[in-house]
Amino acid sequence: MKFRLKYAGLIFYFILLLLPIYWMLNMSLRTNADILGAFSFYPKHPTLENYIKIFTDPSWYSGYVNSIIYVSINTLISLITALPAAYAFSRYRFIGDKHVFFWLLTNRMAPPAVFLLPFFQLYSTFNLIDTHIAVALAHCLFNVPLAVWILEGFMSGIPKEIDETAFIDGYSFPRFFMTILVPLIRAGIGVTAFFCFMFSWVELLLARTLTTTNAKPIAATMTRTVSASGLDWGLLAAAGILTIVPGALVIWFVRNHLAKGFALGRV
Amino acid sequence: MDKWEDNKAWFLILPVFLIVAFSAIIPLMTVVNYSVQDIFGPGQRVFVGTEWFREVLADKRLHDALWRQFLFSFLVLLIEIPLGIAIALMMPGKGWTASLTLVTLALPLLIPWNVIGTIWIIFTRPDIGFFGAAINKLGIAFDHTSSPLDAWITLMFMEVWHWTPLVALLAYAGLRAIPEAYYQAAKIDGASAWSVFRYIQLPKMRGVLTIAVLLRFMDSFLIYAEPFVLTGGGPGNTTTFLSIYLVKMAVGQFDLGPAAAFSLIYFLIILLFSWLFYQALQNVGTGDKQ
Repeated sequence: MKFRLKYAGLIFYFILLLLPIYWMLNMSLRTNADILGAFSFYPKHPTLENYIKIFTDPSWYSGYVNSIIYVSINTLISLITALPAAYAFSRYRFIGDKHVFFWLLTNRMAPPAVFLLPFFQLYSTFNLIDTHIAVALAHCLFNVPLAVWILEGFMSGIPKEIDETAFIDGYSFPRFFMTILVPLIRAGIGVTAFFCFMFSWVELLLARTLTTTNAKPIAATMTRTVSASGLDWGLLAAAGILTIVPGALVIWFVRNHLAKGFALGRV
Repeated sequence: MDKWEDNKAWFLILPVFLIVAFSAIIPLMTVVNYSVQDIFGPGQRVFVGTEWFREVLADKRLHDALWRQFLFSFLVLLIEIPLGIAIALMMPGKGWTASLTLVTLALPLLIPWNVIGTIWIIFTRPDIGFFGAAINKLGIAFDHTSSPLDAWITLMFMEVWHWTPLVALLAYAGLRAIPEAYYQAAKIDGASAWSVFRYIQLPKMRGVLTIAVLLRFMDSFLIYAEPFVLTGGGPGNTTTFLSIYLVKMAVGQFDLGPAAAFSLIYFLIILLFSWLFYQALQNVGTGDKQ
């Protein structure tokens, strides 16, 4: 009985969660006039017109390509730099450790509006405007601290005795790190990768400020096209559905690491 | 857990420190610089000291927006944290249902924020949107463009829909990281479901929940795109949050000085509260290791 109640609650929540997304899917398969004309639970005259436009118009699909490139670079940089740092914070005491740890997170706390101009000036100085690496670097500002914080939490959950045993057994630090520690915190790495991907994917202000055409992100393409053509709801909905796909693939790949969790007995 | 004392650990955090400092320090100093000057144009600026700070602190409209912002973030934390934990506890631990729930849970998080607002405009319209039509069918007159209460309810629905998955994903990952041995020990002791939650799951989730609370607090306090697109800050000023004012000031009127001063105060408020949450969550649960 308790078992059924649990699943009933879960199913109810997921129906609510999927409704707006279903509505977006519904809209994406209809023309603009059809959407605004009548209420309908499902597309009565389904059309792929909106999707075809996105896949054939370079100004649309290049947005996806650009976003995927800088988001992937950002996720890689964030994970590679955050792993050793998280280890340091979880295992060592050193000068300024607590301050640096909290300072990292403060970089997520600034309201972006006024910071955009100095950001533009800074990246212009290094000739990085309108490159993928510029957006990837700028997004490190909020993703690297997040990665460090999440990974530190997972590493602190692992007893220090495991490190000590490994070092006594003659493991070098890099070997211990890659063959023992990293597999143990797979769930944490999976979550971190997904969150870095997600926050970089949906960030609009910095990405739009630092790019013009060559690295223009999809979110920016969507706002511009929408304002120019006086809100084409169907096209916007189709683009919205397509923005979900890459991230959904990422979480699909990390899902096993999330679900398998942690087995202490394996060490 | 006792930590090893070794200043060489700085070498491990050096890459992170450099990469974050590159984007953090110069822009922050520039904004501090703006906040004490009156800027007329390139090269024409006058030092004005704390004038902008006094002006911003005395602004009645900003006070109102600040209280709205506190109410909003408070409601967000109050609803999303318990709901997220509950969903994580209900989710299956393995099998294809686990994969399916995980992927589904992530969907709302992946939509760019401006698009979320736009989709909810249609979704809540009484004539062609599901949410609006369903509520009107129930016999309740609902219109978020004219009633402040309805606007808030719509915003909260959108916010909870959008961000609860983040709390749930973090809590779920935290739950999966609890070794099976803990549950076996609890079973042998004949512990009830509640005491398993209270003395094993909750303390073990403290790390991820700290991150969840801080992230939700910071992001909800900085919220901009979703309310701006959905309600435009209205009706009246009832959903005008701090960042909407800030953007008006910085981009609309190009008052860089006051906007910079406002940004710094805004930043310090978030910093203060995040620090308080962090300290509180660090101490919660440490006395429970029974």
